[in-house]
Amino acid sequence: MSEFRMPSLGADMEYGTLVEWRMKPGDEIHRGAIIALVETQKGLFEVDSVVEGIVERLLVDPGSRVPVGTVMATLLQPVEKPHRPRASPLARRVAEELHVDLATVQGTGPEGAITRDDVEAAASQSGMASAAEPTSLPAPKVKPPGPSPALALEPTTPSAALAAEPSGPPATPEPRGPGPAAAGEPAQSAERAAAMRQAIASAVARSKREIPHYYLATDIVLERALAWLEAENAKRAMADRVLPAVLLTKAVALALTRYPDFNGYWIDGAFRPGGSIHVGLAVSLRTGGLIVPAVHDTDRKSIDELMGEMRDLVRRAREGGLRVSEMTDATITITNLGDQGVEQVFGVIYPPQVALVGFGSVTERPRAENGLLGVRPTVTATLAADHRASDGHRGGLFLNEINRLLQTPERL
Amino acid sequence: MTEAEIRDAVLRVLHGIAPEIDLATLEATANLREEADLDSFDFLNFVVRLGEALHVEFAETEFARLTTIDQIVANVAARQKSGPARPDRNGALF
Repeated sequence: MSEFRMPSLGADMEYGTLVEWRMKPGDEIHRGAIIALVETQKGLFEVDSVVEGIVERLLVDPGSRVPVGTVMATLLQPVEKPHRPRASPLARRVAEELHVDLATVQGTGPEGAITRDDVEAAASQSGMASAAEPTSLPAPKVKPPGPSPALALEPTTPSAALAAEPSGPPATPEPRGPGPAAAGEPAQSAERAAAMRQAIASAVARSKREIPHYYLATDIVLERALAWLEAENAKRAMADRVLPAVLLTKAVALALTRYPDFNGYWIDGAFRPGGSIHVGLAVSLRTGGLIVPAVHDTDRKSIDELMGEMRDLVRRAREGGLRVSEMTDATITITNLGDQGVEQVFGVIYPPQVALVGFGSVTERPRAENGLLGVRPTVTATLAADHRASDGHRGGLFLNEINRLLQTPERL
Repeated sequence: MTEAEIRDAVLRVLHGIAPEIDLATLEATANLREEADLDSFDFLNFVVRLGEALHVEFAETEFARLTTIDQIVANVAARQKSGPARPDRNGALF
């Protein structure tokens, strides 16, 4: 049997309100299925399942506001796994420490045996996944099940690590009205905006309290990238055009494949690689505040796929319909304030991530090359990075790699 | 279409993208992206939906000239008289 708990969408989230169930007892749940709609400080989210099973019981009624980690439903496993995976004793010990289920780890050792590295890689991955669906972690045995804030303090998941503030929420669920209020009511939207402000305040305060940021900046000439884009876009229908932001995002993702030390999390005093590259995009909301949904496997997607996904993400960030998995597993963040005209942005790292890349506006600037002055479209790329996880030298190489990639746009 | 009808359609599309802005106080001669706080994705959506609503196709190189409500209305009105407007290479790149 496993459990579905109120997911955490980040450091700052303490409560969520179940708006509606998208499943009923007896339903078979597959990975990725939308199982519930949840309202948080950051808006409405679809909860997509990261486990499979058959719904046994629903424990929370729509309209209830419960702390993160509250068991909301129980699931039966269709097939139990008695098989004991091959793993070294060290890997088993590390797995126990990190609360990793060895059955879910892909071994890369001799004859598929699971190594310590495999476990650690799985921990950083499933840490993210379990933020969306904590049932993939074994429940703490000593603690009674139920709505205890302690469940949200499990330090193995990045977002839960963030939630481990001394000031915990009260332990009892707070019923809150019969259901979600209609969006657009002034009192409701003011309340929502205040909640969003609080969520951002707690995340950035934590970031600046704990992360020793260092900052680097470099100017990148975009003459080739924009010329290539213009030629590409001339072949396309208006709706299929690609924006420069897509090239910048892809360049960052590809640079991370060479500099993986900027892709991941700082947890419990150590860097944990993100494994896959899921670039979070800082999207400002029209009603105030911002939200950072992730583009999954950014490095492996074509420019056209990325354009489609980024447009869709920005739209859903503003209009609703983001999924929990998109909100919990970004491995790095990009902010693109340049859209509104500023030339440089030095960002605040979203903990427990270790880096944030900022792009300012693309403007024509004078530039000396081979003793001659020319005017080139230029963007300032900045890096805010966690000095615990990397040093400025590596940061400089990472920014230079982004620059290098943008000089051959046809290969992005 | 009269200019008034075009203007009406432009504002309707804009309202769909940025429902919270007050169309009554929107300056027709001010930079639309700044006035309505549109980022590059919003602006692309705006131009695409505008194209659908008015049955026109804007060239990428024209985007830079579509910075105010008045310019957009004038652009669409001019197309009705003499076909597509000429591209302009100056202006915003994003």
